[in-house]
Amino acid sequence: MTRSDSSLKPLFGWAAGLAALILLPFVINTYIILLTTEVMIMGIFALSFNLLFGYTGLLSFGHAAFFGMGGYVTAYLLSHACPSLTLAFLTGVAGASLTAIVVGYLSVKLDEIYFAILTLGFGMMFFSLAHQWRSVTGGSDGLTGLVVPRLGWGAFSVDISSPWHYYYLVVAAFLLTVWILRRITQSNFGLILVSIRENKERAAFTGINIRAYRLASFSIAGFFAGVAGGLFAVFDRMASPSMLHWTTSAQPVLMTVLGGAHTFFGPVVGSILFFFIEHIITKFTDIWMIYLGAILIPLVIFFPEGVLGTLLGLKKRKHG
Amino acid sequence: MLDVRDIHSYYGDSHVLQGISLRVGKRESVCLLGRNGAGKTTTMKSIMGYVPPRKGTILFEGRDITRLRTHEIVRMGIGYVPEDRRIFPQLTVRENLEIAARRDASGRWDMASVLELFPLLKRLLDRKGGKMSGGEQQLLAIARALIGNPAFLLLDEPCEGLAPVIVEELKRTILILKEALPFLIAEQNARFALEVSDRGYVIEKGLMKYEGTTESLRSNAEVQQRYLSV
Repeated sequence: MTRSDSSLKPLFGWAAGLAALILLPFVINTYIILLTTEVMIMGIFALSFNLLFGYTGLLSFGHAAFFGMGGYVTAYLLSHACPSLTLAFLTGVAGASLTAIVVGYLSVKLDEIYFAILTLGFGMMFFSLAHQWRSVTGGSDGLTGLVVPRLGWGAFSVDISSPWHYYYLVVAAFLLTVWILRRITQSNFGLILVSIRENKERAAFTGINIRAYRLASFSIAGFFAGVAGGLFAVFDRMASPSMLHWTTSAQPVLMTVLGGAHTFFGPVVGSILFFFIEHIITKFTDIWMIYLGAILIPLVIFFPEGVLGTLLGLKKRKHG
Repeated sequence: MLDVRDIHSYYGDSHVLQGISLRVGKRESVCLLGRNGAGKTTTMKSIMGYVPPRKGTILFEGRDITRLRTHEIVRMGIGYVPEDRRIFPQLTVRENLEIAARRDASGRWDMASVLELFPLLKRLLDRKGGKMSGGEQQLLAIARALIGNPAFLLLDEPCEGLAPVIVEELKRTILILKEALPFLIAEQNARFALEVSDRGYVIEKGLMKYEGTTESLRSNAEVQQRYLSV
């Protein structure tokens, strides 16, 4: 293969992916559009989680805190007559990021199971807060009655209450997230995160400030979880405590393990599989989580690197 | 350059270093000899702030570094080549070097000059660290410490687990380094260590046993018997 071929190949992949996402609404029905929108939002959530897990080696069980924070702040502003969707959304993302900086500062000193338990604790703290603080969060009912303003200004604005319009907004957010996170993971900063994952002692011996890099990774992950949460609240027209529940924290963990933590797109593949499996099973039964578990066990045993990770590994071996 | 004064270090409750003192001068190469478990690596890790001593002080270029964190000590100019499998196995040779390079430093070592010293690594730039031989990994570990432009180098058991031919190669490299910067080298292989250093210490069960020039250590009967025989 010549040099130009191999450097063009990934470009084709990107172009094909982009074209598919743009053209999808022309060939499928509204239900699938909604499903795809949700898959992409959760894909952003899972990608943000994997910066922390797959790249930095920190397993957080409280990532829903930032997803929920992004969702609640956005929903709060939109249910209190915020005139700008952009403003509400960006405030939500800022809220999530700030929360991540504080929680991260207190958590990244710890390792492994201690880190996982502490983040789980923080996550449940935010869940309880949303549950109890009725005057602000609406308690167990959540925040409802969101008024979604048009996106943009005057003549250059668009009504995103139509599923198609919102789909394209989420496509844009998804692609932007993928592009930025890809840049981050391929940068020197990303390499340093991987070196910390591999051996933090050795990383410190090369002069790397472990805590500072972990905190940076945690904050970026919180930022993008906030993006996903804000998008989700607008998508659902509400923010509810379930967004903050630990089972929501478990979702990106499952998606990432399903797709593969050590490949960039693993979490996205995991998100697709997760919704696909859910979609198929809920046609037959309500207790779909039991079946999901039954499917997950063999997947983890036979695809230890996740579905995408294992497939890419096979392809690599085949081509030498 | 480096002045370690009566340090006591612990792993949990076990009192590993029971008052270790040593000095390395500006243009000196010093070795730290001792058997497995004598406290060589703990001494190195105490200097690096990874196992901070509970008592005693460590001065580097006159400044107290005893309570600094590891990365701060590295940035002050101490490069460390740790023992055992020394590199990041999932990163390529190039990536292993890139993460250790200081953009702010304007020292003599950068990617080009380090690769000039280690032509072997130049050919292996895109190979994963874990796919290299033990000797290649050791060279990479030294190159990675150098690219951070240290003023002083700590080498922890560089010969461990290497074939004799590779050890010879390593010796040539360390002798070149000797011209460039002072170092402290910990070794079980006393023969090797004495050949590359000017002065040495012998550590035993967390205590300093002997100290002297390489000649005096070589001629010391007990050192000969315990560390140079076999």
